Amino acid sequence: MIETLGLYNYWVFSLLLVIGLFAIVGKKNLIKKLIGLSIFQAAVFLLYISMDKVTGGTAPILLADADTRVFSNPLPQVLILTAIVVGISTTALGLALVVRIREEYGSIENDVIRTMDPDT
Amino acid sequence: MSLSAQLPALQVVVPLASAPLVTLLRVANLPWLVALAASATAFAISIALTGQVLPGTTITYDLGGWPAPYGIVFVIDQLSCVMMLIVTGASTAALAFGKMSLDLQIGTVRAPYFYAAWLLALAGLVGISITGDAFNIFVFMEISSLASYVLIGSGPDRRALTATFKYLTLGTIGATFYLIGVGLIYMMTGTLNLADMASRVGDVSDLRPVLAAAGFVTIGLALKAAIFPLHVWMPNAYTFAPHIVSVFLAACATKVSLYVLIRFDSAVFAPNLAGHDIRFSGFLTVVSILAVLIGSTVAVFENNLKRLLGYSSVAQIGYILLGVSFLSLTGMTAGVVHLFNHALIKAALFMAVACIAYRLGTVRLNEVAGCGKIMPWTMAAFVAAGLSLIGVPGTAGFVSKWYLLQAALDHGPVGYAIAAVILVSSVLAVIYVWKVIEWAYFREFTETSREAGEAPVTMLIFTWAMVLANFYFGIFTELPLGLAESSAKILLGAGL
Repeated sequence: MIETLGLYNYWVFSLLLVIGLFAIVGKKNLIKKLIGLSIFQAAVFLLYISMDKVTGGTAPILLADADTRVFSNPLPQVLILTAIVVGISTTALGLALVVRIREEYGSIENDVIRTMDPDT
Repeated sequence: MSLSAQLPALQVVVPLASAPLVTLLRVANLPWLVALAASATAFAISIALTGQVLPGTTITYDLGGWPAPYGIVFVIDQLSCVMMLIVTGASTAALAFGKMSLDLQIGTVRAPYFYAAWLLALAGLVGISITGDAFNIFVFMEISSLASYVLIGSGPDRRALTATFKYLTLGTIGATFYLIGVGLIYMMTGTLNLADMASRVGDVSDLRPVLAAAGFVTIGLALKAAIFPLHVWMPNAYTFAPHIVSVFLAACATKVSLYVLIRFDSAVFAPNLAGHDIRFSGFLTVVSILAVLIGSTVAVFENNLKRLLGYSSVAQIGYILLGVSFLSLTGMTAGVVHLFNHALIKAALFMAVACIAYRLGTVRLNEVAGCGKIMPWTMAAFVAAGLSLIGVPGTAGFVSKWYLLQAALDHGPVGYAIAAVILVSSVLAVIYVWKVIEWAYFREFTETSREAGEAPVTMLIFTWAMVLANFYFGIFTELPLGLAESSAKILLGAGL
């Protein structure tokens, strides 16, 4: 029980992932879908950041007493930095698309758009 | 180091570095010219690399001089060559072919950005084909995806926007699933290099995160590759994209994800997970049979030419997967050779449709009725490419179907049923190609089609070159079959 609760980072990861996925699938509003997408991606950031934590570890900076220190793994942090950039670009592009959709359809509600163009 | 040793890096760097340059060019036609030059250079490089790899060598290239498990490494073997040739070839052919159509649909104001996005998509797709690093695949995948959202969203119809939005959400979910899978494997093995991963996963393969990773990677990539039933974004995205973008993306975008799925699975999971081969083929055989049957059936009832071809692609992706899911040498060869042949077929068909759309401004069958009489060369090209799609002997499509049937017949009673499915689906292909022929040749003119003329000669030349390539590779099969067979050996050598 304690061990399961101790992995709470991963519980939060799963919860965020599902919340995000639900928003993408369940919400009609395109902005809300994008918010869901951001939550969904943020969950993965948490997964990567959680896995690099070493108990008692400090920031991986090369100091004089480096031999005796314990460091957290820097690689997942660097990876997720890249993934965050990708996430921002996706959200920005998605929002730009929503702006264009609003210009063309006058609405950002998926069901309204569907009634205007039935085969989308 | 000589220049030829740097070719693997240049393959990605040339289009990637040309992209920002193109955005600065404000003289008419110049962005197109630079994009075409960069794309043709990439194509030339991939031909040169194929020449080096063809005897059976594998090129590895350490980026920045960092050795393999620590740095990012490009690995070029025969399978990577198949993908490189498809991607750079489709891009170059589409650009050379589509100048007039793009001028009409994109205009000169948006042109610099459009061609920059095109080059970024090209760089990403080529990068995926040659990188040997799991996280690097994700980065290239997102480069190409973000660029293709821009390409598809620049279609003239407003439905292009909603189609792109759907593609963006589903594509991001797919890529993020892949990222989760890679993260879980990294947790267990501490490496991102595919080859290194393959040798380390074996030690931890009985742990649940590895199984979860296999699930996440497979579903994520299946979503990106538009494998039935995860194809919902694809037909509309192809339908409302600018016609030339459809030529480019239909020929290679989904196939690159399919390639990653096959490569990842055969390198990392198949040799290390117990009973994986049965689950893999059990799952994919069913999915691909459904894809083949349902994709073809929907295509039969579709009235929009581009969406008809989109659903036909769903079925064709099913064929590729079906070949792969046999896990035999013949089956794997059939799958890989169909990757190549289907790119030829769909490029030729979408080119013919782009010609029709250029003159008539529409791709709905009832509005292009009678176009066979006013555009005889274009429609003849469509029919010839359609024969290849059906799999008539002497065409590229026949070669893949022949191998696929052989692979199916090796599998006993179940194989006979699968062979029957392939034949039924071919009949369905005959029906939907015939439907187009009937509208084009045997129906009365509409008001739009009466006034139109034959497509411009430059567009016709490239359409016919692509059609003739279908016949050429249907008769002289050494190159694609040779590459496919050695690719199959690589995949199975690591796999079984």
